[in-house]
Amino acid sequence: MTTRARRSKHLLPGFGLTLGVTMLYLVIIVVLPLLAMLLKVGGMGWPEFWRIISMPRSLAAYRVTFGSALVATAVNGVFGMLMAWVLTRYRFPGKRLLDALIDLPFALPTAVAGLTLVTLFSQTGWYGQLLEPLGIKVNYSQLGIIVAMIFTSIPFVVRTVQPVLEDLQVDLEEAAKTLGATNWQVFTRIIAPVILPAFMAGCVLSFARSLGEFGAVVFIAGNLPGLTEIVSLLIFIRLDEYNYEAAAALALILLLTAFATLFITNALQAWQLRYTDRTR
Amino acid sequence: MTELVHRRSLAERIFIALAFAVSGLVLMVPLAVIFAFAFREGVGVYFSNILERNTLHAIGLTVLTSLVVVPINIVFGVCAAWLVTRFRFPGRQFLITVIEIPFSVSPIVAGVIYLFLYGGQGLLGPALASVGIQLMFTLSAIFLVSLFVTAPFVARELIPLMQQQGSEDEEASLSLGANGWQMFWFVTLPNIRWALLYGAILCNARVMGEFGAVSVVSGAIRGQTNTLPLQISLLFNDFNVTGSFAAASVLALASVITLVLKTLVESKGRH
Repeated sequence: MTTRARRSKHLLPGFGLTLGVTMLYLVIIVVLPLLAMLLKVGGMGWPEFWRIISMPRSLAAYRVTFGSALVATAVNGVFGMLMAWVLTRYRFPGKRLLDALIDLPFALPTAVAGLTLVTLFSQTGWYGQLLEPLGIKVNYSQLGIIVAMIFTSIPFVVRTVQPVLEDLQVDLEEAAKTLGATNWQVFTRIIAPVILPAFMAGCVLSFARSLGEFGAVVFIAGNLPGLTEIVSLLIFIRLDEYNYEAAAALALILLLTAFATLFITNALQAWQLRYTDRTR
Repeated sequence: MTELVHRRSLAERIFIALAFAVSGLVLMVPLAVIFAFAFREGVGVYFSNILERNTLHAIGLTVLTSLVVVPINIVFGVCAAWLVTRFRFPGRQFLITVIEIPFSVSPIVAGVIYLFLYGGQGLLGPALASVGIQLMFTLSAIFLVSLFVTAPFVARELIPLMQQQGSEDEEASLSLGANGWQMFWFVTLPNIRWALLYGAILCNARVMGEFGAVSVVSGAIRGQTNTLPLQISLLFNDFNVTGSFAAASVLALASVITLVLKTLVESKGRH
């Protein structure tokens, strides 16, 4: 290890320069702001922190946020699998367009997405006027939050599963079929185990994105405390009230869930690598 | 594979039809609705909405932000990728994780942490204020949070590619007498150009569209620190729906261009 490090240090230039630039940038842009918030939370003491994060209004916000994100992730899991499958396994006209369009939610600003969704689902909107007679109200309800979360996290499952499906060797499936396996058996016994880590990583990313989504949700949610108020919005409201302690405590909760998801996706990626090594 | 293409089974036809139906409903119709609403009162009204003083200022501010932020994050991304793919050192894996952090931090939280650093009650805010520097609710704050939010975008495209390419080409150029900068310009940069461009495109799209983080730190002062996404929300809250869609159509057009460029760069990068 040390001999290799020393050798490559001598061989390639730029270690000092890139180390300096990277560390300086990360400290100023990433580490210092995170540290500032941790200090803010650390300064308030445990009882105060606990009081803030366990208030009924906070609890209701977690329930709305996590519940909506779970539903949105489940929907995107199914839709994402379908899209990944169709885009890797079939050839048909319009495929490239469809493939490019999948990334629209990443390219389209969340505020634009929110504005568009609230207009589509309003009473006179293209979708709203069809749903209204059925008694389905999307705007200013939890359904609206779910719709916004679904839209903004569509690409995650598609884009994590797609490359794994592309790499999957078709001869394995053909061999299984010649041995008499049904399509369903091929899927559950051969395809599913290989794509499972990627699928789960996609779902975790999608869930994490939904938890933090703000722009699209505030347009459509109606933002009623306890009913359609997500955690991000509650933080924003606390800031507006100059209640910085509460904002910091709630932000820490979101930050910790973000770190947890980062940890889980890294673990899943390691699992995925082990799997692909084994099948190759 | 070829066998699958010949005869379309019933299941295949259903899957393709479903894919088109759902994508149409959730992706194509929303995109169409933006332009339909932006132009619903005619082309004249559309352009007067776009040319309205505050909207025009917001467009300028958004373009300025991406002109400042994207080049800085390109430099950072290239440096970070060079560091973690060309050298082995203790803490390397940890460094990669730190680079990834902003990607998983919620936009509102990104704004909040900057408020607690540079705000009036923040860690450095009072000290900076005493020497006459105020960062919060200014253009600088918008630049800083945008830098945070998009810090990993270029690096995360470059790291896997440079890892896979290895350093043989670079070592060869050095043994042939190139100096460090020559190696970078003539060997490294051509090898990574498509991934670099790809990362820059994604970075730019995110900078132009960032809403949550910017709304915490900008103060959203009309005609001063209002970026285009904030202006959309402001117009919508003023019940100026057509004006809001006109502003949104500018960003929607930018995202369509992003998708086209991205598809082109992806196919280039593959060859």
